Amino acid sequence: MQPVATTFFFYFLSGLTVLSGVLVITRKNPVHSALALILGLLAQAGLYLMLYAPFVAGVQIILYAGGIMVLFLFVIMLVNIERSQKEEQFNKQWLIGVLAAAALGVLFVLVYVKGKDLFPEHIAQPAENSNTQQIGVMLYGQYMFAFEIASLLLLVAIIGAVVMAKKRI
Amino acid sequence: MLDYITSYLSSNTTPGQAGNVFWAFVYILVVFGGVSVAVMAMNWLERKALAHFQIRLGPMRVGPHGLLQPIADAIKLFTKEDIVPDKADKFVFWIAPLIILCAAFSVYIVVPFGPTHAITDLNIGVLFMLGVSSLAVLGVVMAGWASNSHYPLIGALRSSAQMVSYEVAMGMAVVSAVLMTSLNKTGTGTLSMIGIVQAQQQQQIWFLFKFFPLGFIAFVIFAIAMVAETNRAPFDLPEAESELTAGFHTEYSGLRWSLFMLGEYAAMIAVSSIAVTLWLGGWMRPFPNTLTGAIWDLVFSLFPGAIFIALAVIAFVGVVRMPKHPYFRIQTLGLAGFGAVLGLIGLILFAPPVRDRIQDIFWFVAKVAVFMYLYIWYRATWPRYRFDQLMKVGWKVLLPIAIGVLILTAILGVLL
Repeated sequence: MQPVATTFFFYFLSGLTVLSGVLVITRKNPVHSALALILGLLAQAGLYLMLYAPFVAGVQIILYAGGIMVLFLFVIMLVNIERSQKEEQFNKQWLIGVLAAAALGVLFVLVYVKGKDLFPEHIAQPAENSNTQQIGVMLYGQYMFAFEIASLLLLVAIIGAVVMAKKRI
Repeated sequence: MLDYITSYLSSNTTPGQAGNVFWAFVYILVVFGGVSVAVMAMNWLERKALAHFQIRLGPMRVGPHGLLQPIADAIKLFTKEDIVPDKADKFVFWIAPLIILCAAFSVYIVVPFGPTHAITDLNIGVLFMLGVSSLAVLGVVMAGWASNSHYPLIGALRSSAQMVSYEVAMGMAVVSAVLMTSLNKTGTGTLSMIGIVQAQQQQQIWFLFKFFPLGFIAFVIFAIAMVAETNRAPFDLPEAESELTAGFHTEYSGLRWSLFMLGEYAAMIAVSSIAVTLWLGGWMRPFPNTLTGAIWDLVFSLFPGAIFIALAVIAFVGVVRMPKHPYFRIQTLGLAGFGAVLGLIGLILFAPPVRDRIQDIFWFVAKVAVFMYLYIWYRATWPRYRFDQLMKVGWKVLLPIAIGVLILTAILGVLL
């Protein structure tokens, strides 16, 4: 089926992402920040859907919004909110902050100016219907080695967590 | 405009795939209305069946055999005072039940009631259902935290730990069923809900019986994890009455509390429909491979109408057995009217064009209904787990078995 109101949804979702990103760093209450972050992650999942990548969108919802953020909230809920609200929210490194922001801004402007040469003229039409299958073939065929290395890394992290948490095994 | 509306009827896909906004909207209204009615019916059935399990009568006052009790409850909850605790986080408190409700209802977008009777068919159907229904835990956590009270907080902590742990075993069981869809000539599986049922149709077997007992074990693991996932007995620790009053929704009252209930029951129906789709052949009628032929098709297509006629007969028996006192006159008339409506629906369902279209929906709903009854049965039969036992079952029993089943399924799939 042909996509409907693409421009509207793009600006809506990206606006939502930016807004929630701002909310994450400005809210005093850490729980509110975490909730804003979840909103941002969901809006990003919507953007992935617009890019014809439903599998990535689904994984984004399951892993980030449903898994990792729940653990975030889990930890934050146990923290004493009243104390954390009195703590200072921003540190005083405005000089470095301005430099980093300026560098990022320059990068954005450069991409905007030179974008025509960097990116292909026409959007590649990805096959929406076989997105999941294609990702599977890629991961277990072409990028098998990298994929297995990444899983090994995760295994190391799990073992490390167990070793740190348990004094005697 | 009229062309746009009628053009869909001749197409052979779901409205979402056909891109027909009008019919998609109609389907959404029908499905959501149907689910809401099913939740009300489930509410009545649960109270009634639980009561009979415990040799009580259950609701008897409002309408014959308490049939109107859910409506009375709804009116009561709507008109009840809505209390927000003084020190609660108002915004989060307000939005938490809505999140649970949205998460529970959005998954119905991909539930396949039939090959064309779904709102849409996503390429990532199962993934979407698992992901969105896992968002409900956010609502639980937010509700528990925002109440600013001890019982809800403990309930929310328990609930999030429980839901996150059982999701893992659940996911592994689902993957082993998804693997089975790839056993065709091209060797590519699918995650789409309609595609999974079609794969079972092609392989002429429910995945429940595929590689017996592997499919069966995966199904049992899913069936256990799904009860834990919806916080129902015997895994209802987040709302354990004896220790936590009502768990994460202790501080909620009135309409907001009823939203929690609506979300819980809608989620129960949703996960049951995942189980039906993955292992029990979705919309397919029983024995599509052995009892073939025009006669069997006819016999099975008469089932929906026959069930409604049977319900109508039960209602009329109730009318006859009603006491003849004038006090019961309105009840008798109401029950007779209800029976007449049921009988009429049954007669309509016998009409050949309706019969053919409604069949798949009927079998899907019937299979889901079995699960809903099982939920009540569990609740009446089993005592509640202790929290450490719950965690042990999730991580040390279900997860290893699920991974073992997954590996064996993969090996058998490659060998056969």
